[in-house]
Amino acid sequence: MILKSLGTTLGVMALTATVAMSDTVRMGTEGAYPPYNFVNDKGEIDGFEREVGDELCARAELECVWVKNEWDSIIPNLVSGNYDTIIAGMSITEERDAVIDFSDAYFPSDPSAYVGLAGADPALINGVVAAQINTIQASHVASSGAQLMEFASPDETVAAVRNGQADTALADKAFWEPIVAESGGELEFIGEDIVLGDGIGVGVRESDGELKGKLNTAIASMKADGTLNAMIKKWFGEDAAMFE
Amino acid sequence: MFEYCTDPKSLETFQWFSCYLTTPKHMSMYYSLFTVVALILLTAPFGLMFGFMGAFASRSKNMIVRILGKGYTSIVRGVPDIVFFLFVPIALDQAIEFIRHKTLCWDVTEPIWRGNDFVVCRAAKMPLSDAAVWTHDVYGFLLAVVAFAFVFGAFCSNVLAGALKSVPRGQIEAGRSMGLGERQIRRLIEVPQMWIYALPGLSNLWQLLIKSTPLLFLLGVEDLVYWARELGGSKTSAYAYSHADWRLAYFTVLLLFYLLVTSISQRGFERMRKRLARGQNFSGAS
Repeated sequence: MILKSLGTTLGVMALTATVAMSDTVRMGTEGAYPPYNFVNDKGEIDGFEREVGDELCARAELECVWVKNEWDSIIPNLVSGNYDTIIAGMSITEERDAVIDFSDAYFPSDPSAYVGLAGADPALINGVVAAQINTIQASHVASSGAQLMEFASPDETVAAVRNGQADTALADKAFWEPIVAESGGELEFIGEDIVLGDGIGVGVRESDGELKGKLNTAIASMKADGTLNAMIKKWFGEDAAMFE
Repeated sequence: MFEYCTDPKSLETFQWFSCYLTTPKHMSMYYSLFTVVALILLTAPFGLMFGFMGAFASRSKNMIVRILGKGYTSIVRGVPDIVFFLFVPIALDQAIEFIRHKTLCWDVTEPIWRGNDFVVCRAAKMPLSDAAVWTHDVYGFLLAVVAFAFVFGAFCSNVLAGALKSVPRGQIEAGRSMGLGERQIRRLIEVPQMWIYALPGLSNLWQLLIKSTPLLFLLGVEDLVYWARELGGSKTSAYAYSHADWRLAYFTVLLLFYLLVTSISQRGFERMRKRLARGQNFSGAS
């Protein structure tokens, strides 16, 4: 296998010497936020965003490779050029827009929800609230006056609620749904849902206007022919927010 | 892995586990064991090399070399490791790409730093964007080895400098009276005799090195601890093998692994100490 890839690398190098560079786009994702993106049991990136990303690349005629990166350093590594896009359930917010650029949304703004142990007091959304670091949920908790407890990965916020470290945890509702449903009554949604952010877009470098343009065209065509809504339905169920 | 694994949800406990523990994702974890061991084995000699350079530089008669050597050891020892693990690989990577950009794409006039972005031409990327995945992995791994060697080299340099000072003066004077030059004294007397004094310090560093491999994940290299956390976290039915939070079990296995490595290396160091103590005349030798 190594010999084979060596062969292709050499082949590519020989080609690039004469022909123009091929357009490989490296797609960065977290791989820890099902159903948006996760690493399946085969060790591959899987989930809604894998499907959307592959379809975007096919429509924009780009050759794409998936790269996994920790959430906390996902923006710095985009900016320093280790990969070319962030497609990791990242909501479009003003703070992020100041550092990187976003494509149009490929997922409408969907509700975030608080989860706590079954029977928890609804007032606990103002108690100790767990959220993943550098997310819109974390900044919402910080500004809501509740005590924020930050974690590196979304899974750790669930564990924090289960073992009583945090009273509740805030994340995208779509992330919670399977977890709450399969908890056997241990976990419950607490209080009202809230809508944060302007939907989820593909993050690109500010200097990468060309790639952004290609992605926007592909997203528009996926919205137009209903493919995007079909994918949302497949991964998030009938009741998920869709594009008009 | 096995034929009966096609439908995991219908399996009995034993078969389920035999399938679960042999998924490609688990294979990546077993494979990361070799990554960790390779990192330790590669970093040790390079760190020792940095250490020797630092130790000799800080004893040099040339003031600039001495300042460089002392500066290296005090700065790296004083600043939190995590800063260097983040700084060295990114700085090295950007330096390499910067040089490649200047040589390969000298005709590109757009600046490399544009606002927040670090943009080099496609041909200057290291490795190239379309290079195979394993090239990216090996490159990342090598950057990690350099970062680890840089940090551990500084600690090593302090240990070695102390050990060199501990070689009895009489030995060096004997060498001088026999007409040996500075370099000969260093090569024939100081270095062979300092190991016994350096050993306790070096064995500490070795243990620290083994323990600090989880920092690898900061550099994008997937190590054992990363996989234990990823595989042990609770899995919903989006995964073929769903389960509750099993991190405790995974981390217990890791604990045993690290204890095993520690006990093996302690035995190794004890043997080395006995061997080096042979024929040395100082109290405490057995």
